[in-house]
Amino acid sequence: MERCAARRAPEEERRVRANAREYNEKFQYASNCIKTSKYNIVTFLPVNLFEQFQEVANTYFLFLLILQLIPQISSLSWFTTIVPLVLVLTITAVKDATDDYFRHKSDNQVNNRQSQVLIGGVLRQEQWMNVRVGDIIKLENNQFVAQADLLLLSSSEPHGLCYIETAELDGETNMKVRQAIPVTAELGDTSQLARFDGEVICEPPNNKLDKFGGTLYWKENKYALSNQNMLLRGCVLRNTEWCFGLVIFAGPDTKLMQNSGRTKFKRTSIDRLMNTLVLWIFGFLVCMGVILAIGNAIWEHEVGVCFQIYLPWDEGVHSAFFSGFLSFWSYIIILNTVVPISLYVSVEVIRLGHSYFINWDKKMYCAKRRTPAEARTTTLNEELGQVEYIFSDKTGTLTQNIMVFSKCSVNGHSYGERQMPEPGDVQDVLGHKAELGERPEPVDFSFNPLADPRFQFWDPSLLEAVKLGDLHVHEFFRLLSLCHTVMSEEKSEGELLYKAQSPDEGALVTAARNFGFVFRSRTPKTITVHELGQAITYQLLAILDFNNIRKRMSVIVRSPEGKIRLYCKGADTILLERLHPINQDLSSITTDHLNEYAGEGLRTLVLAYKDLEESYYKDWSERLHRAGSAPEAREDHLARLYDEVEHDMMLLGATAIEDKLQQGVPETIAILTLANIKIWVLTGDKQETAVNIGYSCKMLTDDMTEVFVVTGHTVLEVREELRKAREKMMDASRSVCNGFSYQEKLSSKLTSVLEAIAGEYALVINGHSLAHALEADMEVEFLETACACKAVICCRVTPLQKAQVVELVKKYKKAVTLAIGDGANDVSMIKTAHIGVGISGQEGIQAVLASDYSFSQFKFLQRLLLVHGRWSYLRMCKFLCYFFYKNFAFTMVHFWFGFFCGFSAQCTTSTSSHCTTSSTRRCLCSLWVSLTRLLLPRAKGRCPCPQDVPEQRSMEYPKLYEPGQLNLLFNKREFFICIAQGIYTSILMFFIPYGVFADATRDDGAQLADYQSFAVTVATSLVIVVSVQIGLDTGFWTAINHFFIWGSLAAYFAILFTMHSDGLFRMFPNQFRFVGNAQNTLAQPTVWLTIALTAVVCIVPVVAFRFLKLDLKPELSDTVRYTQLVRKKQKTQHRCMRHAGRAGSRRSGYAFSHQEGFGELIMSGKNMRLSSLALSSFAPRPSTSWIDTLRKKKGCEGSSAGSPSGAADKTLRV
Amino acid sequence: SNVFMYYGLSNFYQNHRRYVKSRDDSQLNGDNSSLLNPSKECEPYRTNEDKPIAPCGAIANSMFNDTLELYRIDNDTRTPITLIKKGIAWWTDKNVKFRNPTGDGNNLTALFQGTTKPVNWPKPVYMLDSEPDNNGFINEDFIVWMRTAALPTFRKLYRLIERKNNFQPTLQAGKYSLDIAYNYPVHSFDGRKRMILSTISWMGGKNPFLGIAYITVGSICFFLGVVLLFIHHKYGNRNTSADIPN
Repeated sequence: MERCAARRAPEEERRVRANAREYNEKFQYASNCIKTSKYNIVTFLPVNLFEQFQEVANTYFLFLLILQLIPQISSLSWFTTIVPLVLVLTITAVKDATDDYFRHKSDNQVNNRQSQVLIGGVLRQEQWMNVRVGDIIKLENNQFVAQADLLLLSSSEPHGLCYIETAELDGETNMKVRQAIPVTAELGDTSQLARFDGEVICEPPNNKLDKFGGTLYWKENKYALSNQNMLLRGCVLRNTEWCFGLVIFAGPDTKLMQNSGRTKFKRTSIDRLMNTLVLWIFGFLVCMGVILAIGNAIWEHEVGVCFQIYLPWDEGVHSAFFSGFLSFWSYIIILNTVVPISLYVSVEVIRLGHSYFINWDKKMYCAKRRTPAEARTTTLNEELGQVEYIFSDKTGTLTQNIMVFSKCSVNGHSYGERQMPEPGDVQDVLGHKAELGERPEPVDFSFNPLADPRFQFWDPSLLEAVKLGDLHVHEFFRLLSLCHTVMSEEKSEGELLYKAQSPDEGALVTAARNFGFVFRSRTPKTITVHELGQAITYQLLAILDFNNIRKRMSVIVRSPEGKIRLYCKGADTILLERLHPINQDLSSITTDHLNEYAGEGLRTLVLAYKDLEESYYKDWSERLHRAGSAPEAREDHLARLYDEVEHDMMLLGATAIEDKLQQGVPETIAILTLANIKIWVLTGDKQETAVNIGYSCKMLTDDMTEVFVVTGHTVLEVREELRKAREKMMDASRSVCNGFSYQEKLSSKLTSVLEAIAGEYALVINGHSLAHALEADMEVEFLETACACKAVICCRVTPLQKAQVVELVKKYKKAVTLAIGDGANDVSMIKTAHIGVGISGQEGIQAVLASDYSFSQFKFLQRLLLVHGRWSYLRMCKFLCYFFYKNFAFTMVHFWFGFFCGFSAQCTTSTSSHCTTSSTRRCLCSLWVSLTRLLLPRAKGRCPCPQDVPEQRSMEYPKLYEPGQLNLLFNKREFFICIAQGIYTSILMFFIPYGVFADATRDDGAQLADYQSFAVTVATSLVIVVSVQIGLDTGFWTAINHFFIWGSLAAYFAILFTMHSDGLFRMFPNQFRFVGNAQNTLAQPTVWLTIALTAVVCIVPVVAFRFLKLDLKPELSDTVRYTQLVRKKQKTQHRCMRHAGRAGSRRSGYAFSHQEGFGELIMSGKNMRLSSLALSSFAPRPSTSWIDTLRKKKGCEGSSAGSPSGAADKTLRV
Repeated sequence: SNVFMYYGLSNFYQNHRRYVKSRDDSQLNGDNSSLLNPSKECEPYRTNEDKPIAPCGAIANSMFNDTLELYRIDNDTRTPITLIKKGIAWWTDKNVKFRNPTGDGNNLTALFQGTTKPVNWPKPVYMLDSEPDNNGFINEDFIVWMRTAALPTFRKLYRLIERKNNFQPTLQAGKYSLDIAYNYPVHSFDGRKRMILSTISWMGGKNPFLGIAYITVGSICFFLGVVLLFIHHKYGNRNTSADIPN
């Protein structure tokens, strides 16, 4: 991408002064204006032509053209070259022009987007491109912080707080809080902001998303700035009315753009192979030229000299050597068809056609989002058929990022069972059909005016239990409505809006709300709940906040009756140990339920309560207060106190939340796995969440021998963990096949040994460990370990790490990689992978813009790969084989003829299609040839069934995908086979007519062996042979195939007769000198007998070979096709994989996307509005340090997530 | 049936690139401007002594000009066999492709005014034959020569010998003598001349290649068919979907 501003020297530090454009301008920071277009009207022609002639093919054409302008050399008219050249140039130019036009348009659109900028004390709608570093802009709720990285100055919320969602940026789904520094937080209105003239000195642009260092100088004071004050491009503002920010980094300097990596021009492996082959063929051409030139020199020396009485040498040619030199160039021209320059055009056209297939595929159209699949790059199609590794994002790609309260277990009774609608049926055409099906009616919540209409629950018995007054159920929902850190907002009576910092909590509180326990409002010291229509206000005594070690949270409330009760929810592993012994029976039942839930991939939480004695609480809170104000080891003291009170609790039940997967994700993953594609999940989210999703989408299963978790913090730890994992795998495989010695496997044979691992393993690796694992000395080790595993999950990875992982696999595995993602954090890996796929139809479009293909559902991936990719690859390979075969067959005939025409570069015989003595005809014919070339292979199965096996079979037998991964259908070996076949054909094609014509006469006695008749015969038999050949290559005959094959034959004869007609000869006698030839020659039985013989001899070996192959070594696709023929009417059984629920032993921990610190925030009342504070009869507890705690905790949470926390591991390893 | 008389040349490269292109079809089609201003392709036989050559080019210049005469020797008497020189060229060539220049009158001499004969020719083009419909560019010997051969060894139809009555062969068994007026040098390039007499069937003249090739290919195909059938029966028990791994 080019930007308006020229490249500058790297910055050392950045100085930005608010509201001072002149001052900031002198630093020439990158602006927001983007320019991706290449040309304007004036520069288009020269620049475009220059670019086009940088392509080898075009230069080659030009070179040929120049050669042909030399009369001594010219064996063909210059027409033959200039027509295709101009054609190619024009088509490319038109394409470039349209592309550039759209680029101009999208540039304009982006540049002209509106944003509110504070200029001269007034808010003005300003275009994006005019937003400068140092400007103050205003953002509103749910707006993308799309333009620039901002320093938060002030917001609508108290204390300059501001909530953001960073899913686009790092894939984390929970809400985050940002705060303005206190001095600026007071700048609430525009006039104050306009007077703000602080100067920020900060780090230069970098790609670290979680770090920012800088200082604000304002009014003689210094204020430290951290990441906590920054709003990065790509976040979304949530739950915040508005906020003001100072632009620090704009355009390409933003952290998001710095992370997005460089756009590389992607080529497919077939492209590269093609380039090599073209070079080889070019070498071959030169060889042929040299051989024929030597032949010419010898001939002219031996024979030509003597023949001069009838055929003198050209003027200027005085020696046989020089003649040979000239004939070299002549042969280069004549044989140029062997270097298939038209190949590139044809390949492009085929790819373009295929891209339209993808675009028009109704089965990849998502009706819900109204987005069709789109092939944004047309050049990568066949690589879709060769993918070996898929790197997938989690949030938004595998999951919908919607949490649904789906089941619960209360007092040993499980609710929420229902017939699950088959999620994402494979046959599902329009994306939502499956949701219609035989679904029971959802529970009717109309009795509750405060219910959230979007909430759906399927088991009416739970509601009945609530209505019947089941105390356990009541207590269960009471807990859900009390024990959380959700904030509520009531815009108007009954219209509640929950601001949950994690979607899990939101789901739980919403569930309670719908079952009649409506959390209405809270103050720092109270919580108001509508319990079955009755408003009850609980005194909130304490929030025992969540953290990663505790994996639980509790609240202590005093009910209106004065009873003090502690409500706790948390991870089962933790909570079940803290229950009162009398709960044993209940606990075992609940554990069964939990297993069941976990088996379905649901996230579970256990709920418990405990009654507290008034006296005990007093004592406890006293100690808590003391501990809270203790200067040191505050955390430890608090933790110990929390621990003490959360004991001997009574079990209430368990909840199960479904992290809703996108439709059809498990099925897709299963099928892709069967197709031997390895799937790695790279996510910025937490380890637990990622692993959980791994289970729910069946990437990880309990059948797996082991799931390795790498969470090491230092290089050594990581190395050790990886080594252990490998050893375990090795031991297992050694016990299976006790062959390799221990030493051997650590040596260079590592790969091969690890490839042959027995058993299924999975690897989960953490961002911190990954950073070490990706270091140069360990990356191979890591890769070997990871590749030996069936599933790999990397969590807490940064966007750049995602790209590094992809790069690593690309580098060492030489495999085709595909990256799929939806957010801006996936852009780098999408750009790095061979194929980037963006999930479209969601809010952000960054990923889609960077991608090569986009569609709206993960499940379409299987269709894209197994159907479109496979066909593309197949077709491209068949086309290339056929193309090389045909070119060699056509061209080599000239070569053989060279030996019989004194190496004079008389362009043979295959006149009618390639070269004739008549230039006009030649160019028309070459046009025809290129047309047939373009159309034939495309015809090889256009629209309805362009395939060897129909699409349902490709999905049913994923193994059909394997030839592509192994690159079996077009490689150097196949190429040589095609070439050999082409040469074989050309030999027969020349020598059979030669043998026949040597002595033949026509049936009217005239000579048959004249040059023109010979030419027509050879050309016709060539056309017929290649047509039969393409017929043989066609796996599936459709009307279109018939049309094109017969059509091309018909076209050949039509053109032949036209060219040989009287009328054209009368107009241009010198150009159409073949007059009358066609009808005279083709009326001869001998000619047809020759053609038939040639065709049979050329085709029979091919047929025999294929027959043998089909009998002795059938390929899978052959078998499938055969099976289909035999059992057309029988329905093949559907392999069912969707009810493959796992036995279930693994359970999930506490609400994963949760962050600690909010409890304190609530208790301090800092995030509440004054209006609601006024209601409170309690004075807010003075706590100045809460935001510090929040920050601190956030800081260490990042690292603690990476620590080998025993609890997390245990859950995984059980 | 009729007997056809051919002359054959070997080692004569009528298919050489420079040779093949050295003609002006426009001129041969009777175009008056090309007649006086032949195409550049005809070089170096385009003009002679500043006069345009008609017909120009190397092909025309090298036209075969031996005359062959056939006599039947019957008791020491030489009976000349009637050799018909018309009907040996393609109809399209004679009627479409080759035409004399047009102008006032039918006097070819006048029509070819301003041109000169090809260098090697003993007489100009308008004196090739006495009959007006076989003279000039439409002389059939000339047309046959101008249809260049595909291979360096070739034969061209020279004359027809018509069958007189149905009860006798066209050429009865006996002695014949061939008189050749030797005008055409081939020694310099090691060429050979032949004279061939042949009859014709629906497939043209005697041509053993095609027959042998058909028999060979046919037998190979048959043999291959048997082998493949055998293999198919023995190994080709492709089972149904049981073979398909999943």
